[in-house]
Amino acid sequence: MNLFVIPIAIISGVSALLAAALIFAERVISNYGEVMLNINDKEKEFTVRGGASLLETLTDQKIFIPSACGGRGTCGYCKVKVTDGAGPLLPTEEPYMNAEERTAGIRLSCQVKLRNDLKIEIPAELLSIRQYVSTCEKIVDYTYDIKQFRLTIPERQEMKYTPGQYVQVLAPQYEKSAEEVYRAYSISSDPADKKAIELIVRRVPDGICTTYLFDYLKEGQSLNINGPYGHFYLRETTVPIIFIAGGSGIAPIKCILHHMQNMQNPRKAIFFFGVRTTRDLFLVEEMKGFESGLPDFKFIPVLSQPEPDANWRGATGWVTTAAEEYLKNQTEARTYEGYLCGSPGMIESSIKVLTGFGIPDDKIYYDKFS
Amino acid sequence: MDIGSQMLHALIILFAAIFTDNILLARFLGMCSFLSVSRQVKTAVGLGLAVVMVMTFTIALDWLAYRYILQPYAIEYFRFILFIIIIAAFVQFIEMVIERYSPLLYQNLGIFLPLITVNCAVLGASLFMVIRQYNLIEAVAFGFGSGAGWMMAIVAMAGIRERLNNAKIPRGLQGPGITLIIAGIMALAFIGFTGVLSGR
Repeated sequence: MNLFVIPIAIISGVSALLAAALIFAERVISNYGEVMLNINDKEKEFTVRGGASLLETLTDQKIFIPSACGGRGTCGYCKVKVTDGAGPLLPTEEPYMNAEERTAGIRLSCQVKLRNDLKIEIPAELLSIRQYVSTCEKIVDYTYDIKQFRLTIPERQEMKYTPGQYVQVLAPQYEKSAEEVYRAYSISSDPADKKAIELIVRRVPDGICTTYLFDYLKEGQSLNINGPYGHFYLRETTVPIIFIAGGSGIAPIKCILHHMQNMQNPRKAIFFFGVRTTRDLFLVEEMKGFESGLPDFKFIPVLSQPEPDANWRGATGWVTTAAEEYLKNQTEARTYEGYLCGSPGMIESSIKVLTGFGIPDDKIYYDKFS
Repeated sequence: MDIGSQMLHALIILFAAIFTDNILLARFLGMCSFLSVSRQVKTAVGLGLAVVMVMTFTIALDWLAYRYILQPYAIEYFRFILFIIIIAAFVQFIEMVIERYSPLLYQNLGIFLPLITVNCAVLGASLFMVIRQYNLIEAVAFGFGSGAGWMMAIVAMAGIRERLNNAKIPRGLQGPGITLIIAGIMALAFIGFTGVLSGR
């Protein structure tokens, strides 16, 4: 009996003692007291407990810096500009910084520890990013692989977004995934609707987040989201607009169109929507609705491979070719602003077409799926 | 043994651990970090210094734990578990201390410390100390010497590998291949020291 009990007791005792000593040491040694975090030249100021990473501290303060790896220093997304107090660049950060970023004081916020007062600069739009515990109110099937998810924002909260922006959805741990992942989806709903947002999601085979949304999320369940993010929104000019989207890329454009309709925006606009077959086509009625609701808007669905028996009378071929044909007949094609949303291949060939008509690069805005 | 000859004996153990019985080149312990962190002299020096420090302190702690915890209860066979726990805890602790009090040192050594917990040379030194029945002073000398020997080997390897950047190496041998061959040649060179000193 003693043969087993005593050795095990001793080893466990020593381990427990060492663990206790470490916890105690962490309390005493790693206690950096309170430090001041100064954001954008005192636009926001927090007094926080030192010792944690800048990313963690900012998340605690409800400021969300985009990060895909969860603070392990492997994605290189969580860059912020630290103007004072961070010390020299760490070897763990070096691979993610180019020469320009090094001199500008850009750091990976997951690697910078708060040991003393810190001055940082973050883009104003990141400050308005919030986390929401939304409720999945309704799931609508659009096609065999595209669904719309309506998520209600909790009462007394409001998401202030610019039409065209996206949110990140948190897929929690579930059977098919051992870790939490964030994925980005554009908001597609009418911005006048403050109570909820809608997302249009295409199923990605074996995708962690889309599998969760399609097969596991039920109406009435809650879903963590944060946002809004992104620079894809309608610029305030008066020139004509050409929208080009493929599949679920219609989402941010639908949101922009709602907004234009609410404002009765008189700009000339045309929307080329590319899908493969009639089975993939959705939201046609709503788009026709915009044609009558907006002063000058046309919707052109383009099918790349219509079924022979579908009796499709609309445009066929590549969506970019259809856009090209249209621009050919416009006298002022080069004055258009381009708004593109879809797969990287579609975006790249669209950019080629648009720049071919003399539309400058900085008048072409896009949201690329990756 | 009087103090003087004891010191001399410890000194012999120290030099033997560096040269004749180099833990890396004669015992082939601590190979993984030796192969992966020997690309640049600068980082090799950082890791080497961290190993020297950790080895010197943990061998003393392990000696005390062996002498005053394991031996009295005749449970020496638990030394593997106990030693590794002590090493892990010590590395955690030292990391906290360095981070708190010496940002400059942390900058240079800090990121290597977690690597050392899994460096088998550190555990290996503690186990040799038991087999060879060193006393505390000898053990510390042996720990320091082993660390210094390990550091010397990795810095030398990093120096060679920096030069290799300009060398033409057949494709199949690039990376780990040529590194292992060099490690072998270095080990052969160190055989030359055999018999000069013996710390046992």
